[in-house]
Amino acid sequence: MDYFDRFAIPHPSPAIYASMVAIGLTMIAIVIGLTYFKKWGYLWDEWLTTVDHKRIGIMYLISALLMLFRGGVDALMMRAQTAVPDNTLLDAQHYNEVFTTHGVVMIIFMAMPFIYALMNFVVPLQIGARDVAFPRLNALSFWLFFMGAMLFNISFVIGGSPDAGWTSYFPLAGNDFSQSVGTNYYMLSIQIAGIGTLISGINFIVTIFKMRAPNMKLMKMPMFTWTALITNAIVVFAFPVLTIALLLGTMDRLFGTHIFSMTNGGMDMLWANLFWVWGHPEVYILILPAFGIYSEVISTFSRRNLYGYTSMVASIVIISFFSFLVWMHHFFTMGQGPLSNSIFSITTMAIAIPTGIKIFNWLLTMRKGKIRFTVPMLYSVGFIPIFTIGGVTGVMLGMASADYQYHNTMFLVAHFHYTIIPGVVFAMLAGLTYWWPKMFGFMLNERIGKWAFWFVAIGFNVTFFPMFFTGLDGQARRMYTYSEATGFGPLNMLSFVGAIGLAIGFALIVYNVYYSVRHSSRDIGSDPWDARTLEWATQTPVQSYNFARTPQVDSIEALWDLKRKGKPIFKGDIEKIHMPNNSGMPFIMSCIFFVWGFSLVFSMWIPAIITTIAIFACMAYRSFEKDDGHYISVEDIKATEKDWEVLADENR
Amino acid sequence: MKIDNSLPLEYATEQNKMNIFGFWVFIGAEVMLFATLFATYFTLENRIGNGPAGAEIFELTPVLIETLVLLTSSFMIGLGIHAMRIGRKNAMLTFFGITLLLGLTFLGVEIYEFMHYAHVGAGLQVSAFTGILLTTLGTHGAHVTVGLFWGLFIMMQVKKKGITPQTANKSFIFSLYWHFLDVVWIFIFSFIYLKGLM
Repeated sequence: MDYFDRFAIPHPSPAIYASMVAIGLTMIAIVIGLTYFKKWGYLWDEWLTTVDHKRIGIMYLISALLMLFRGGVDALMMRAQTAVPDNTLLDAQHYNEVFTTHGVVMIIFMAMPFIYALMNFVVPLQIGARDVAFPRLNALSFWLFFMGAMLFNISFVIGGSPDAGWTSYFPLAGNDFSQSVGTNYYMLSIQIAGIGTLISGINFIVTIFKMRAPNMKLMKMPMFTWTALITNAIVVFAFPVLTIALLLGTMDRLFGTHIFSMTNGGMDMLWANLFWVWGHPEVYILILPAFGIYSEVISTFSRRNLYGYTSMVASIVIISFFSFLVWMHHFFTMGQGPLSNSIFSITTMAIAIPTGIKIFNWLLTMRKGKIRFTVPMLYSVGFIPIFTIGGVTGVMLGMASADYQYHNTMFLVAHFHYTIIPGVVFAMLAGLTYWWPKMFGFMLNERIGKWAFWFVAIGFNVTFFPMFFTGLDGQARRMYTYSEATGFGPLNMLSFVGAIGLAIGFALIVYNVYYSVRHSSRDIGSDPWDARTLEWATQTPVQSYNFARTPQVDSIEALWDLKRKGKPIFKGDIEKIHMPNNSGMPFIMSCIFFVWGFSLVFSMWIPAIITTIAIFACMAYRSFEKDDGHYISVEDIKATEKDWEVLADENR
Repeated sequence: MKIDNSLPLEYATEQNKMNIFGFWVFIGAEVMLFATLFATYFTLENRIGNGPAGAEIFELTPVLIETLVLLTSSFMIGLGIHAMRIGRKNAMLTFFGITLLLGLTFLGVEIYEFMHYAHVGAGLQVSAFTGILLTTLGTHGAHVTVGLFWGLFIMMQVKKKGITPQTANKSFIFSLYWHFLDVVWIFIFSFIYLKGLM
C-alpha cells in the first residue's frame, strides 16, 4: 500500500472529504445523466470533436464560469476566515492552499478562458471570416486549457493543493519547504494550459492578419479585434518565458537541479524575475481585451462612433510595449538597488498615460451620446470610476520608495482587485450580456441583470475598499489570522459582508441565465442592440459558415453604415463554402496530456514516458492523416439563408 | 482548393500561406523561449557551487564536430528545398536524407558529450551552472530529436504523394524549423562554449 500513500491528502479536513464526495457524486450524476438521456453521441459529435470557433468559444465560456464559482468559493472561505480575529474556521495550511488556488484559478483558469471565450466567438465574426486560421489547433488549445484546469482542480482531493501562493516563489515552492506534490500540480497544470494559450496566440495573430474581410484595412478593424490582436502578440512573446520558468521549476522539483534553490549556486530571485517577466504582461493580456469590450459597448449604447480611434490603437500598442518593461515593480523591496528601482518606477508610472488616454476617449464617446443604460453599459460606466481608483493606487505602488510601506500588505490586494475586477470581470460580464443574444438566440433579462450589477458593484467596493485602510495600517496579505489587539477586526468583517454581497450578485447572474432560458423571447432578430459591427450582420444563431457571402467593408462600423447610409456589405452570388471536418484528435491528445501531467506530478516515470511517446504519436498521426474538409453546397446555403435575407432586406 | 500557379508550390494556396506565416509567429515564440534560457544561463553561468566551471569541462573537439555537422545539414536542407522548387523529387529526398543523417550524427555526438559531462562530475544536480547548461543544451537537443522524426515523416509523405502544394508546404516549414535550430546552435556555440572556454 505504500505506493498509494502518495495520493493521500497531507492535511485532511472534513471540508476536503466533503468535496471529494461531491466531486464523485457529480461525476456519477453526469455519466448517468448522459446515458439516461442518450446524449453521449451528441456530446461527442457536436462538442468534443467540434472545430467550430463559436462552439469552442461557448465551451471556454462554460469552463470559465465554472472556474469563477470554484475560485469564488475560495474567496468566500478566505473572507470568512479573516472576518473575525483568531478565527479557527480554516487552519494555516488550508488557508495557504485556498489563497493559492484562488489566485491561480481566477487568473489562469477563469480570466484567461473568459477572454478566449469572447475572442473565439467574436473575432472571426467581427472580421468577416468563416473560422480561425487553424480550426483544429483551436480545438486543441481549448482542450489543453481544459485538461490543465482539471489537473489543477483534482489536486484538492488527490495529493494536496499547491500552497506557496499563486506566484509560487522559491525557495518556498522548492522541495525543502513544499514537500507535498501540490507545487508539482501547479507547475504541470499551468504548463499544459499555457501550451494551449500559446497555440491560441499564434492562431489569432494569423487569423486577424490573414483572414479579414476584403478591404478591411488594419485601421478599419473594430476595437475589440484590435485589442485581441495586440493581446495575442503579448501572449506569443510572454508565454514562452512562463514555459521556461515552469520547466526550470519542474526540473528543480522532480529532477533535483539547483536553479532556484538556496544551495549549490541556485538563485531564488531568478524565479521571481522570470515569473513576473511573464506575469506583468499577463496583466495586460487580461486587461486589453476588456478595454476592447468597453469600447464596443460604450460606442453601441451611446450611439456614437468611438472617440479617438487612432489614439486608442496607439495607446494599446504602447501599453503592450511597456508591459514588458515593468516587471521589477513586483519586488521593489528585494534590494536590487536604486537605479533599477528608479527605472522600473518610471516605466510603471508611464503606463498611466496611455491608459488615461483611453479613459478620456470613452468619456468623450459618451459625451452628447444618446446613452441607453442597459446591463452591458452599466458595467462599462461603473468600470470607469472604480478602475480609476485601481489605476491611481497603482501609480502609488509604482513609486519605489513609497512601496516599502505598501509592499505585501492588504493595500496591494485592494489595488489589484480594484484593477482586475472592474477591469476584467466587469468587462467579461458586460461582454457576456452583450454577445449573449448572438451566442444563444435570446437576451438575458435586463431587470435581474441590473440587480446583479448593483450587488456586484456595491459588494465589490464594500469588500475591497476597507483593505486599503487595513493595508496601510499594516495588515499583511496571506496571514491566515490576526489578534484582536491589531484592530483589524471590524474592517475585515465589513469585507466579509461585502463578499456576501458579491456572492449574491453572481448567484443572481446564474439565476438570470435560468430565468431567461425559460422566459425570454426567441424572436429577437439578428441585431437586438442596434449595434455597429459585423458580428451582428449575420443570422442568429450563427450558421456554421458564419456568412453566406463574404462581407466587403470599408469602414470601422460596417453594419452601422449599412443601416444608416445604405452601404451594402454583401455583394455577388453565393458560392459553395469550404469547411473543416470535425476531429477527435484534439480531445484525445489533451486527455493524454492530462495523464502525462498526472504521472509527472507523482513522479511515475513509466506512464510519463509512455504518454510522452503517445503525444508525439498523435502529432505524427495528424501529419499523415488525409483530411481535406468538406464543402457546403450553394443549395444548402440558400435554404438556410432564405428566410433571414428576406427579413434583413425588408428591415433596411 | 484554389491553387495560385504564379507562386512557389508551398505558397500556392491560402491555407499554405497561413501555415507559413503561423510558423514564423511560432518561431517568434521559440526565439523568446531560447532567449529566456540564455538569459537564465548568463545569470547562473558563474554560480558553480562546489561543481566544475565551464572551462574545466568543455571540450572543443566534439563541439566543433557538432557545429560543422549541423551547419552542413542546414545547407543540405536548403539544397533540398531548391530541388523541391524545381520539381526534382529524388534529389529533394536525397538532400533531406543527408540532412537527417547529419542531424543524427549531431545527436550522437551530443549524447557522447552529455556522457562525458556525467563522467567528469558535471551532472544535472551538481550546481546551478550544470543544471542550466544541461537544460539549455537538452532543450535544443530535444528540438533536434523531434525534428529528426518530423523530417522522416515528411520524407515518407513526399515519397508517397510526390511534390504537391501540401507536401511542399510541410517540407518548407520543416526547413524553416531546421534552419532555426541551426541559428540557436550558433548562439550556443558562441555564447556558451567559446565564451566558457575563454
